[in-house]
Amino acid sequence: MPDLTLDGRPLHVAAGTSVAAALALGGDGCSRTSVSGQRRAPLCGMGICQECRVSIDGRRRLACQTLCRDGMQVETRP
Amino acid sequence: MSSTTAADVIVIGAGIIGAACAQSLAARGLRVLVLDAGLHGATAAGMGHLLVLDDNPAELALSQYSLQRWRELAPRLPEACAYRSNGTLWLAANAEEMAVAEHKFNVLQAQGVTCELVAGRAVRQREPALREGLEGGLLINDDGILYAPATAGWMLETTGIDQRRARVSAVEGNRVRLDSGQWLSAEAVVLANGIQAVDLCPELPIEPKKGHLLITDRYPGTVTHTLVELGYVTSAHNASGPSTACNIQPRPTGQLFIGASRQFGTTDPAVEGWMLARMLKRATEYMPDLANLNGIRAWTGFRAASPDGLPLVGRHPQQDGLWLAVGHEGLGVTTAPATADLLSAQLFDETPPLAACPYLPDRFLGALAHA
Repeated sequence: MPDLTLDGRPLHVAAGTSVAAALALGGDGCSRTSVSGQRRAPLCGMGICQECRVSIDGRRRLACQTLCRDGMQVETRP
Repeated sequence: MSSTTAADVIVIGAGIIGAACAQSLAARGLRVLVLDAGLHGATAAGMGHLLVLDDNPAELALSQYSLQRWRELAPRLPEACAYRSNGTLWLAANAEEMAVAEHKFNVLQAQGVTCELVAGRAVRQREPALREGLEGGLLINDDGILYAPATAGWMLETTGIDQRRARVSAVEGNRVRLDSGQWLSAEAVVLANGIQAVDLCPELPIEPKKGHLLITDRYPGTVTHTLVELGYVTSAHNASGPSTACNIQPRPTGQLFIGASRQFGTTDPAVEGWMLARMLKRATEYMPDLANLNGIRAWTGFRAASPDGLPLVGRHPQQDGLWLAVGHEGLGVTTAPATADLLSAQLFDETPPLAACPYLPDRFLGALAHA
């Protein structure tokens, strides 16, 4: 049962939860902020649309294609 | 076949060339109708690199003059056009390419282009993300970038320009037939629709050259200049088979454009994995850390190439009332203002700001058959 950090707050999720699901469970559902300042969220859920780009442990990942793991640091801002 | 007088000038194609021509003509007080089929043209697909090129004197004259015109336009461009004068750093991987850099430096400096040779380790002081061991480079300070689709859109907002989404199915001199069957006429028709020009004028010697591009996610800016390998000049540029060259452009958003590829003899717009891989591998040979970045989109486009690499700008020698502004290959964004000035001057029978001769369509289409 992974314990991760989402924008600085602890979050406990069930095993097998994707980061995209974790965003919906523990945050505002969004993965990032666009150039024009809009919050953006997962759309296609299958790794194509690139909307769910998020920073995980300092690297850019697709939230819908990444499973939550213990100790993960997920950042959706800025 | 009656035709409706639609405007003083009809421009076919709303890409950067058609838009620049329309803007120039409207600024002279003409009513301009711009027709565009909504196809995915080179303006939408390209990098928007503004650069001086010196493969031959005519190319240098056109690009140098046009860059000066872009610098004059720059203060008026909306922020969405993303104009930046960030310079081009040409990269020399070996002594042979450094000799090319030195030759370019001499040619450009003699023409008054601001540039500087960068030797050995100084290259990485300018661009720390480049690999070690490059031979040197040539920095062209006043080159730049812009976002061409937004810039074309801004040009088309000029008073006196009407735009219509319509496909043109035939051109006869100063008349055009729309898909609907309707004929429109004007004092002059300007053909500025890139590779589609041959659909309307099969006699034009224009060939599509396919290119791939990729854009990365946004990252903290580590690249300042547009980085282009000099192999672009010494090998890839002259090859007839598929070729790639390192071309890395920093966008104001923190994204990186990665190019470039060239393929002949295809009009298939599909992204080809083998070609994309080859292109990206080439870029990582110059900037190894690119391999750690995420690409978020890859796409293709087609450059409208003429046999001598120069555009066709001027009257169609066999069709009275038809004017051409096509065949700009990969340099259409750079040379759009110069093209517009050349075309307008010829339409108004004035002396153009630079010699029009090297770009006249007559060189391929034969002598003027009408007065």
